[in-house]
Amino acid sequence: MRVGVISFPGSNCDQDTLSALEALGVDAVPLWYGEKSLAGVDRLVLPGGFSYGDYLRSGALAARAPVMETVERAIRDEAMPVLGICNGFQILCERGLLPGALRPNASGEFLCTWETVRVASVPLGFEGLAAGDLLRMPIAHHEGAFSVEPGGLAPLFQNGQVFLQYSDTVGQVHALSNPNGSVANIAGVSQGSVTGLMPHPERAMADYLGSVDGRKLLRGWLGEGDR
Amino acid sequence: MTFNVVVDVAWKEEILDPAGQSTAKVLQQMGYAADNLRIGKQIRFQLQAPDVAQAETAAREMAQRLLANPVMETYAVRVVAE
Repeated sequence: MRVGVISFPGSNCDQDTLSALEALGVDAVPLWYGEKSLAGVDRLVLPGGFSYGDYLRSGALAARAPVMETVERAIRDEAMPVLGICNGFQILCERGLLPGALRPNASGEFLCTWETVRVASVPLGFEGLAAGDLLRMPIAHHEGAFSVEPGGLAPLFQNGQVFLQYSDTVGQVHALSNPNGSVANIAGVSQGSVTGLMPHPERAMADYLGSVDGRKLLRGWLGEGDR
Repeated sequence: MTFNVVVDVAWKEEILDPAGQSTAKVLQQMGYAADNLRIGKQIRFQLQAPDVAQAETAAREMAQRLLANPVMETYAVRVVAE
């Protein structure tokens, strides 16, 4: 399987994401935002970082980069699986490929912490993950508070589009387990073949990093389940 | 014709603005009775268009498609002939 990782100017988790995918035995291919071809990849990751320096809004300028036309077409025509991590999630929301938007954290601070997230609904194509699973992964963001327009929250739950919610260590979702002020503690959503999440699975790939749950998430996304 | 365009972008009322809250708090600490402070953005640029109506249409489209995120922001567009 070939998985492309798209670097935008200011992406800084692209190399970690390539390494994480290689550690899972995947042929991981770096792609550049100015390209219009996807080099025959089967799947795509939009990695974390600060594309275009977060100018205007996080992800806003990258969402209009040339490669995103091609990404949008691949999603529409081939239902290509696309995973957006952190800034990649922001880019997908800005492009309208995922619902909602990411606004500044309620605390006004940049957050760099380990969080537990609970799987609410398993997105299309994921294997080895079940609703209720808990994953421990780091977050690192300033604009990570998920928000939707008034009336937009109920449909997300009804359609099974809420992927991850911040929870406490036993899986209870409540205000005290909400690090950033996201509506309904939402840490990740999906729409068709597109999935986005604020936590960084590529930083939770080994015990010495603090957690191996990122492996479970990425394997799940690759459709391989946890091995 | 050249038009001067000013786009004011603001958070929607229901969107929390921590930067605005912090700024209001500091103003209060300085002794000013400032409250409900919201920080927005002003984007100014020049635009070539045949007439003011077409300039306004184009500017509004730019605000809707890129300059503001309609999920969490509102915008106001002003177009003035140079």
